[in-house]
Amino acid sequence: MILKETLALLQKELQLEWRQKYALNGLLLYIGSTVFVVYLAFLQIKPTTWVTLLWIILLFTAVNAVAKSFLQERAERQLFYYTLASPQAIILSKMIYNILLLLLIAVLGISIYSLVLGNPVQNYSLFALTVFLGSTGFSLSFTLIAAITAKASNNATLMTVLSFPVIIPLLIMLIRLSKVAVLGVEDLNLNNYLITIIAINVMAFVLSLLLFPYLWRD
Amino acid sequence: MLQPLDTITSKLLYAKWWKYLAIILLIYTIIAGFLVPVPRLHILNETIRNLYFHVTMWFGMLLTLLLSLIYSIIYLRTNNLKYDIIAEEAVKIAAFFGILGLITGMIWAQYTWGYWWNNDPRQTSAAVAVLIYFAYLILKNSMIDPEKSAKIGAVYNIFAFFAFLSLLYIVPRIADSLHPGSGGNSALGEFDLDSRMRMVFYPAILGWTFLGLWMASIRIRMRFIEEYLRFSENN
Repeated sequence: MILKETLALLQKELQLEWRQKYALNGLLLYIGSTVFVVYLAFLQIKPTTWVTLLWIILLFTAVNAVAKSFLQERAERQLFYYTLASPQAIILSKMIYNILLLLLIAVLGISIYSLVLGNPVQNYSLFALTVFLGSTGFSLSFTLIAAITAKASNNATLMTVLSFPVIIPLLIMLIRLSKVAVLGVEDLNLNNYLITIIAINVMAFVLSLLLFPYLWRD
Repeated sequence: MLQPLDTITSKLLYAKWWKYLAIILLIYTIIAGFLVPVPRLHILNETIRNLYFHVTMWFGMLLTLLLSLIYSIIYLRTNNLKYDIIAEEAVKIAAFFGILGLITGMIWAQYTWGYWWNNDPRQTSAAVAVLIYFAYLILKNSMIDPEKSAKIGAVYNIFAFFAFLSLLYIVPRIADSLHPGSGGNSALGEFDLDSRMRMVFYPAILGWTFLGLWMASIRIRMRFIEEYLRFSENN
């Protein structure tokens, strides 16, 4: 039942997005401009700097992406959904939509990034896994924070203030893991990093699912 | 209209015994902390006495935040605004203890490592952890309606607690750092702690926790009175 509602809501979000491509284009422009600013500032960079800057760019893009998905819906329409679907379905559909959006933006963004600043990645499969886990993690954590911001004051600044401290553990783990992928070194802690990232993702997912119904009852 | 609290919480809030106990424990901590002989470790020497203050304050903060989490959950289940007031004041006191913990840590760092701020992962993640709770306070203040503020604050508090735990415990375990307990250093943990130090360590944790909760309880009671006055003014 919840799954059907989730799929229906997800289809609605994807269709709306595909018609106007408003968020997609906006985010593509955002990530393109950021990559260009970084390129013009640095021109040539070492692999470790490459990794760190990439994750910072992806982080800012993710915050913008998820904030848009909540903050652009009007209150009347939200009330309409409230009467139709269960809150778990709503947040689940938003999380999945954000994951898909972020994955697409990450792939396109990394392509532009590699084009101008080079691609020092040694271990492609591990890097791909890291980007996948990272986009998923950002989406899962930020969706609940965006819901909180939307209910609180619809303020973009609040979204940034709330989301940055919370995402730092995930960010540290992601940067470390992608450094291993980019430099191609053998790291004994590799499994630890992967398990920690997956654990953080699962925790964010479960917490969002549990807490969103309390937010929604309004 | 404010509903009454449950009996356990209200009894504890207004009781005096644990407040006297806090004073006794802290006097004991300060006296014993400086007079009882401590084991000499390389580099640390006598500064290991800071363990009684720095580490115990962090544990006190952790316990206060755990309490805040519990009361946020209780608020979401019962919708009684008083529980949210307790949770919020507990976070304020915990943030204060967090800052104290950072300052005592910096003093300790200055004397053992040579720098106030060392770019150490545990130090940095501790600072970010305090930021998480500052963000909670900002969130709470951004809303005027008390019920909305309470509900959204409670949701964020629960989420933030788990982010805080992962920051405080997972990240330093994996990172290499100078801080005792991570990388290659000996942890001043349960198995290594000298039993003489344990005699001051555990009471100190209780002492700081109770002191923090005492400060919180005074603020909570003030808030309750304010809410009551506001309610009776409007009616």
